[in-house]
Amino acid sequence: MSIATPPVNVLKASDFASDQDPRWCPGCGDYAILAQTKKVLAKIGADRSKTVFISGIGCSSRFPYYMNTYGFHSIHGRAPTLVTGLKLANPGLTVWMVTGDGDALSIGGNHLIHMIRRNVDVKILLFNNRIYGLTKGQYSPTSEHGKKTKSTPMGSPDMPVRPISIAIAAEASFAARAIDIDVKHLEYVLERAAHHKGSAFVEIYQNCNIFNDGAYSYATDKQSKSDTTLYLEHGKPMRFGKELDKAIRVNQMRPEIVNVKDVPADELLIHDEKAPNPTLAFMLSRMRHPDFPEPLGVFRAVDQERYAQLVRSQSEQAVQRLGKGDLQALLRGSETWTV
Amino acid sequence: MSIATEPAGPDGSSSSSDISTKPRKSLPAVTIRFAGDSGDGMQLAGTQFTDTSALLGNDISTLPDYPAEIRAPAGTLAGVSGYQIHFSSNDIFTPGDEVDALVAMNPAALRTNLKSVKTGGIVIVNEDSFTAVDLKKAQYTANPLEDGSLGRYRLVKVPIDKLNAAATADTGLGAKDTDRCKNMFALGLVYWLYGRPLDATLGYINKKFAKKPQVATANTKALRAGYNFGITTELFQEHYEVPKAKLASGLYRKITGNEAVALGMVAAAHLAGKELIYCSYPITPASDILHELSAQKNFGVMTFQAEDEIAAMGAAIGVAFGGALAATGTSGPGLALKGEAIGLAVMTELPVVIVDVQRGGPSTGLPTKTEQADLLQAMFGRNGECPVPILAATSASDCFSAMVEAFTIATRYMTPVLFLSDGYIANGAEPWLVPEVDKLPKITIHHPTAANDEAGFMPYQRNEDGARPWALPGTPGLEHRIGGLEKQDVTGNVSYDPANHERMIHLRAQKVAEIKPAGPAYLWNGPQSGDVLLVGWGSTYGAIRAAVQQLVEEGVSVASCQIRYLNPLPEQLGEMMKRFKHILSPEMNLGQLRMLLRAKFLVDVQGLNKVRGQPFTISEITRGVHALLRGNLDGHMVTVNDGPAPRIEPIDDEG
Ligand code: SF4
Repeated sequence: MSIATPPVNVLKASDFASDQDPRWCPGCGDYAILAQTKKVLAKIGADRSKTVFISGIGCSSRFPYYMNTYGFHSIHGRAPTLVTGLKLANPGLTVWMVTGDGDALSIGGNHLIHMIRRNVDVKILLFNNRIYGLTKGQYSPTSEHGKKTKSTPMGSPDMPVRPISIAIAAEASFAARAIDIDVKHLEYVLERAAHHKGSAFVEIYQNCNIFNDGAYSYATDKQSKSDTTLYLEHGKPMRFGKELDKAIRVNQMRPEIVNVKDVPADELLIHDEKAPNPTLAFMLSRMRHPDFPEPLGVFRAVDQERYAQLVRSQSEQAVQRLGKGDLQALLRGSETWTV
Repeated sequence: MSIATEPAGPDGSSSSSDISTKPRKSLPAVTIRFAGDSGDGMQLAGTQFTDTSALLGNDISTLPDYPAEIRAPAGTLAGVSGYQIHFSSNDIFTPGDEVDALVAMNPAALRTNLKSVKTGGIVIVNEDSFTAVDLKKAQYTANPLEDGSLGRYRLVKVPIDKLNAAATADTGLGAKDTDRCKNMFALGLVYWLYGRPLDATLGYINKKFAKKPQVATANTKALRAGYNFGITTELFQEHYEVPKAKLASGLYRKITGNEAVALGMVAAAHLAGKELIYCSYPITPASDILHELSAQKNFGVMTFQAEDEIAAMGAAIGVAFGGALAATGTSGPGLALKGEAIGLAVMTELPVVIVDVQRGGPSTGLPTKTEQADLLQAMFGRNGECPVPILAATSASDCFSAMVEAFTIATRYMTPVLFLSDGYIANGAEPWLVPEVDKLPKITIHHPTAANDEAGFMPYQRNEDGARPWALPGTPGLEHRIGGLEKQDVTGNVSYDPANHERMIHLRAQKVAEIKPAGPAYLWNGPQSGDVLLVGWGSTYGAIRAAVQQLVEEGVSVASCQIRYLNPLPEQLGEMMKRFKHILSPEMNLGQLRMLLRAKFLVDVQGLNKVRGQPFTISEITRGVHALLRGNLDGHMVTVNDGPAPRIEPIDDEG
């Protein structure tokens, strides 16, 4: 699992660290994501001056302060709006947006959907810890139904949303998932996102060891993880289990788990991240523990026109058709008279 | 073509000889109003009449008045749409207090508009529409054309439906389509009545319906038929002319406030050598700015129709961070939604111009009607100590200069700027002396390319204006982080230090308080001292100025001061107000500027307040001044709603 990247390596990962010390709780999953992000930026030869990190509000949204790039720590839920404006003003910048489950899916749900459907060129890192950390432990839009938290002493009455389902419903051109502590795979996914042109949506399972510790233990625990997770590889059958002895098959439009030895190889579901139709990616986004292993990796990666480029190409077309605007003529308008 | 020399032929063409033998009387100024159902094309008739009059050289001022519903039930009072035009051979400042001639296409239009017509004024009605059904829809119990109730007016009953149908019969169009030409018939008739040529409108019809020649023919025939009807009918014994106005010499065009806002933005981008990105969510009455700008893509203008008001403001902040000129436009409800993000722009000290085209509130309020009740929202409608400079345009054409000034202030001081307009000037039209681009002041912007301190780049190091540097992402070596958390002075790092917070609050306040206007901070009319000073802001300028003119002629000692820069308020205003015995502030709200003036200058400002969705008339202000001088102004002028056709009653002199 590696991508052919020319060995630019002008900067080291540590060159991307700002002079501010991270203030996350010791043991927080955010540290691993920060480390892998810097590593990937070094690996792809990112230019610090052309890289911008934009965030909303929440634990994860402190991220820009720790990067020695341009950064904007905005307001709750609105990071996508700033990203869109910034990319319109300067499409040449590489923009990363860091957000959380509350920031992106609750208060900022509207903006997230619209930024993704426009295919604004941005890498979206959604740290999903299934809880509100910064406000100290209320349930979030991804918290399990029935979850007891400070604001739901009798259990959450809400149904959780699935971030990748939302991204795909919003016509995402790229959607992927990784886990904070599986750093090699996280690095791979981040690198894939870094190379994608358009909205690259990455859900990262992130452990909040203070308010929701162990939320993903089923997927990180050595004993269970091979049965509870499924690493997606383009063009390969979806196999999982300790011996890769289990696989996914589609039966009457529904996924089911089969034993590899029980079914012919050509019945196993093959992953196709480039499928123009998002049905497969959407189906994968619905697969949830404990009924299914949860897919990790790239769900979908297709080429789509990017927003700022489209907007600017309209301007270019207008110039071609009408010539560069003449302000004096515009001010005169179509009907004038002289006094 | 001049109308002073009997120009119009039988069909309004300028060449053929005039067979009309009716006498033509010259008038200094006239106010007319077209009124009909929303589907009757009254806005089009009004704008065409305006264009023609402007091209003739009249001064003009208009007041479109339409319902919020796109198509209210036909024939009802709620569905009436009107367009008032004041055209004149003098300088005028308002769309006119009283209507000289009303065109009413149906009973509902007559009912809702009649009270605006002066005694002895002309009332042209489409008598074909005065059927039992339509009379009932207009809540008439008797036919006003027959019961003598219109005795105060010069009633002209014209069977417009029938005459229009006959004129357009041989065009091959169905009755439904030909019926839609009625507005052109009415317009043609009014063109004859006021000696206007048909050329401009004929040109418009041919261009508009170039792909539908039958429709073009029908409209042309209706227009000419209306004109010719004026010549031949016995109903009119005379017609009129309104000579050219003596405006300052130069090249003129007609402009509305929303057009001027859009042009001001394009000009600002040109003057700053930058791209403009306008981020907005559709809202009445600001949407036309978005439409205008989206048509200017070859000027380096981009528009972003955001998913909501908040997104529009957030995107504008992103645009500013990226280094283009950033603007957003909205109306009151949208400004409320943008509040938090405006705070972010204040904290991050980025230049964004926020346009609020005010409308009647609170809540959804009166979307298509005018009001000035967002001043305090503009001033204070955010959390924390959050100062934002505020400019208010005083007329449709002033929107242009004020917009260029808004960008000048925003970029010089690195701050969001609130620009207040309202529904009245946004949609109202007036002549505009087209400025010469070369003579407009350049907007100078500096983006640093090197660190401003030995220790590196300091994003909150201020210059003599108190502004921080506008360093753009993409500039090597100036990487820095900004955000909504309190900043440490100079470094811009996050800081929770109490003393630093206090210092930063003072720095932000001081920066705005010491802003030097980029244009006139206020417009003054009249003497420097006297009995009454009228202090207004924004769109009330025309009515206040005209009232001062009248009052001075009557011998009243009065002057006016129209404030363009509302934050910071002109410092000298306190002293200037002390030179008058009374200060009266006419506002289309319950006294918002009055509150600010009292708080800042400790001056006993009285209010003359109107919140009826309509601009002030001149006489409302002159009467207000008289009442004040007699000591019986009751502080506001809200009057009782009287029947289905509410309108402002003249102020009761008895208080
Ligand atoms: S509260 Fe949770 S998410 Fe936030 S920093 Fe602490 S461990 Fe991380």
